[in-house]
Amino acid sequence: MYKVKVFVTLKESVLDPQGTAVKGSLHRMEYNEVQDVRIGKYLELTIEESVQDLDKSIREMCEKLLSNPVIEDYRYEVEEVVAQ
Amino acid sequence: MRFAVIVFPGSNCDIDMFHAVKDELGAEAEYVWHDEENLDRFDGILLPGGFSYGDYLRTGAIAQFSNVMDEVKKAAQAGKPVLGVCNGFQILLETGLLPGAMRRNESLKFICQPETLNVVNNETMFSSSYGKDEEIIIPIAHGEGNYYCDEETLKQLEEENRIIFRYKNNPNGSISDIAGIMNAQGNVLGMMPHPERAVSELLGSADGLKLFQSIVKSWRENHVLSS
Repeated sequence: MYKVKVFVTLKESVLDPQGTAVKGSLHRMEYNEVQDVRIGKYLELTIEESVQDLDKSIREMCEKLLSNPVIEDYRYEVEEVVAQ
Repeated sequence: MRFAVIVFPGSNCDIDMFHAVKDELGAEAEYVWHDEENLDRFDGILLPGGFSYGDYLRTGAIAQFSNVMDEVKKAAQAGKPVLGVCNGFQILLETGLLPGAMRRNESLKFICQPETLNVVNNETMFSSSYGKDEEIIIPIAHGEGNYYCDEETLKQLEEENRIIFRYKNNPNGSISDIAGIMNAQGNVLGMMPHPERAVSELLGSADGLKLFQSIVKSWRENHVLSS
């Protein structure tokens, strides 16, 4: 099995109102060193090894459903997991 | 004229939409469940507001792959009027029938209040019963209505007169005060404000009714008069 970790984040050019609110809160807590906060999503997929082209398959899933390419970017990491 | 009111799991403005079309407008309407595979019997498609599929992942993201959306795309291609309100607009964006995407409201709050809109383009099948630049009052009710598109798309929307409604006092941070946009073909409209909640003075405003009347007027001009 593959364990795939997908990270979906708002594009740099898109304002993130949630991130801005969290940054404000961190500043009120006096963590003034925080320059920017961006909030994203984290997804874990477990995928069968029989998949033909893992990268192609993940990219398609990310572009069609898991992220919205108009406002979001994605990246992913693949881990191979041996069944116990 | 016969309208389909599409119902997804989690839609909650479907009854208001049905009431507006059936009782206030006097047209025919039918609820259509999201797994329906044929919409040929309808002349117009209405995607109501709500929280389809619980807004999981992103608003409208899961709904775009339900069976009925293939038929909605087909109806749009065939030139039938397609109106998406609130969550219906979000679904049209995710499906790609309209350009852009929705972000959380700038204030991060769910906003539910009447809004004054300007009718920017009154020469469409959705807005021909309004006056040019007419100010109308239509309520909004959303947490993610902060419309976004890139500059190139915005320029295109402006040049092609596809921004139909603008907020007078932008409540959510939408780019260029956009409240409603249309596709290039002119038969798909998405808007965050709820015209179906403003169809009688009893509800505080009847300004939304003219939108539905415009659709019927255009349909009659194209169908009834020619047959």
